[in-house]
Amino acid sequence: MTERHEHVFDDRTPGVEENEPTASVLSYTVGLALAIIATIASFVVSQTNLLWPPGIPVGLIVLAFAQIGVHLVFFLHLGSGPESTNNILALAFGILIVFLVITGSIWIIANLNSNMTPM
Amino acid sequence: MLGKLSLAAIPLDEPLPLISGAVVVLIILAVLAFITIKGWVPYLWREWLTSVDHKRIGVMYLTLGLIMLLRGYADAIMMRTQQAIAVGGSQGYLPPQHFDQIFSAHGTIMIFFVAMPLVIGLMNFVVPLQLGVRDVAFPVLNSVSFWLTASGALLINVSLVVGVFSRATWWGYPPLSGLAFSPDVGVDYYLWSLQISGVGTLLTGVNFVTTILKLRAPGMTYFRMPVFCWTALAANLLIVAAFPVLTATFIMLLLDRYLGMHFFTNDFGGNQMMYPNLFWAWGHPEVYILVLPAFGIFSEIAATFSGKGLFSYRSMVWATLGICILSFMVWLHHFFTMGAGADVNAFFGIMSSIIAVPTGVKIFNWLFTMFRGKVEFKTPMVWLVAFMITFVLGGMTGVLLAVPPVDFVLHNSAFLVAHFHNVIIGGVVFGAFAGYAYWFPKAFGFTLDERWGKASIWFWVIGFYLAFVPLYMLGLMGMTRRLQHIPDPSWQPLLLVAEVGAILVFCGILCQIIQLYVSIRTREQRRDLTGDPWNGRTLEWSTTSPPPAYNFAVLPTVETIDAFWHMKRTGRRPPVEPAYEAIEVPRNSPAGFITAFFAVIMGFSLIWQIWWLAILGFVAVAVVILIAGWSTDREHEISAAEIAQMERAG
Repeated sequence: MTERHEHVFDDRTPGVEENEPTASVLSYTVGLALAIIATIASFVVSQTNLLWPPGIPVGLIVLAFAQIGVHLVFFLHLGSGPESTNNILALAFGILIVFLVITGSIWIIANLNSNMTPM
Repeated sequence: MLGKLSLAAIPLDEPLPLISGAVVVLIILAVLAFITIKGWVPYLWREWLTSVDHKRIGVMYLTLGLIMLLRGYADAIMMRTQQAIAVGGSQGYLPPQHFDQIFSAHGTIMIFFVAMPLVIGLMNFVVPLQLGVRDVAFPVLNSVSFWLTASGALLINVSLVVGVFSRATWWGYPPLSGLAFSPDVGVDYYLWSLQISGVGTLLTGVNFVTTILKLRAPGMTYFRMPVFCWTALAANLLIVAAFPVLTATFIMLLLDRYLGMHFFTNDFGGNQMMYPNLFWAWGHPEVYILVLPAFGIFSEIAATFSGKGLFSYRSMVWATLGICILSFMVWLHHFFTMGAGADVNAFFGIMSSIIAVPTGVKIFNWLFTMFRGKVEFKTPMVWLVAFMITFVLGGMTGVLLAVPPVDFVLHNSAFLVAHFHNVIIGGVVFGAFAGYAYWFPKAFGFTLDERWGKASIWFWVIGFYLAFVPLYMLGLMGMTRRLQHIPDPSWQPLLLVAEVGAILVFCGILCQIIQLYVSIRTREQRRDLTGDPWNGRTLEWSTTSPPPAYNFAVLPTVETIDAFWHMKRTGRRPPVEPAYEAIEVPRNSPAGFITAFFAVIMGFSLIWQIWWLAILGFVAVAVVILIAGWSTDREHEISAAEIAQMERAG
């Protein structure tokens, strides 16, 4: 993947992209609309009986992931193109770490309580 | 109007902190007056304070780290002295509430404002040069990062004179650090100075990950990067992943303290155990943020001074990446005794032992690099040998502590204190000093004095062993950590030995100060005119010492690992007078300095709850960053003719 860098990298100040990624107004508008829909949907789901009540947390989690996905694709421009390999790898690393910290914490804290004397 | 701040905040009734604080303030004022009288202020402002050059920022980070090392050491020797004399009937000279502030400040300062600036400073100076590029990805952001770190350091030192510092140790576990048991501003000083410097560190992480992934010399594929760049990449990935955890944890503690919330107190379902859990989810990766770059430094030194390539470069890289992931799977070993069941403790104990494996791989790689090499025992190489012996000892005691039943016996004992000083001094501090000796000629154009350098190593190493081997023994004898008073007189002889060790370490620091002075005095004889004083292997040695602002007049083309060595061997060095082209370099920017100025005001007023000033400070920070972010005139061009002229002169 580094071979591709070579022709991009020429004599210029680091940090200044020659081709600034200029996403169109359209994609930002679509992203904003989707983000708003996901937000409103989660309020609706939590405040009404649209979903089977015990399923509400699941619905909220699904909507939260949808929201994350909209942000990643439309605002952070995470695509499937070859130029975003680094970004995908970084995202995978981030997801792995978040997974480790969250599951580890839940496991540790739940285990602390399981050792308590039953009340 | 002034919140909790009043004249009572100045500790007039406690002569010791007041006098030491006053001396520090006087020294700072004297230095400022001297600089002003000499007329150096415009020079300092133009060339250093507003500089966005990664080399200058690196040097400023190192300066900050070394100055704070003196402060941290002063805390250490005060504690050692107290423990050596406060035995049996004597209460020593430090009352408990003062002793508690000193150990809290010692830990906080040594980790956040000594070890971090030393490591980040070396990364700043070296990484762009080794990658063969002209600066980091975001030069102005880099300056902002540095100045935010300096703001945190300043705030923590203000607590010496105005108010008190935290008495809740350097990790600040609630409920002790909560409002109920720490109602004064000490914990707030701790939290806000670390929040502000933590933002700076996070920005550094973003900056360096981007730099290493996106900016490398033509031809430098990932597996042609010097090992130090790999370790810097791993450390900065860890910064980006771990520091937000610390920031979020501190925000929750701040909400507990400021708004009466209950994240970490039992009311309303809060859980105080969540704090150690989250703190160490940051805290263990932090250990590797510090020590991985030190491993990288030693890898460069081992190869250079053995006159041969690093043994098994690829295993070094994979070991680094393995540690990077594993470091997020061991954090519970900091609180085995908190009450988790056998499953959890066993899992984290085993993971903690496993993480020693890639570290062991590295030790063997350095040994095999030296094996049958033409080893030259220059100062950095002697640091490497001192490190390998000391760090293996520290690693062994670490593996011992990773066994939960052993940890139940040794938890919070002097044995533990000895262990982590063993790995942090033996690993990080020795690594930073080795890097300092190794890259000093590149930064300033002349080498450091060898004799004083080696004297300093001997004092540091002997001092270290005398100071901490007794603590291992005392820990096994049952001495717990942070004792203001020693109940058992039979411990006193060993504590006196530890005191002698601490004094020898100070002799080592003195030797380093003398070394710097002597080297500057005799700099004309020790000029490095070639740019390559050690017969180096990587690209930083291919440019002049000190490098020009643009680092490389013509960017090098990389064909192998050890790119510069390859160029020297094949005679394919860049031509003497190539066709220069104009180079754009970033302009100086006061954004970092001004941001930090307002960040200090904001932090100080948040600590003392002067709300109007805190809001003003926050708005000012936001405005400065927005102005800096929207400015378009950020580069200026050095013409080809100017470059040719500088290259001929240099």
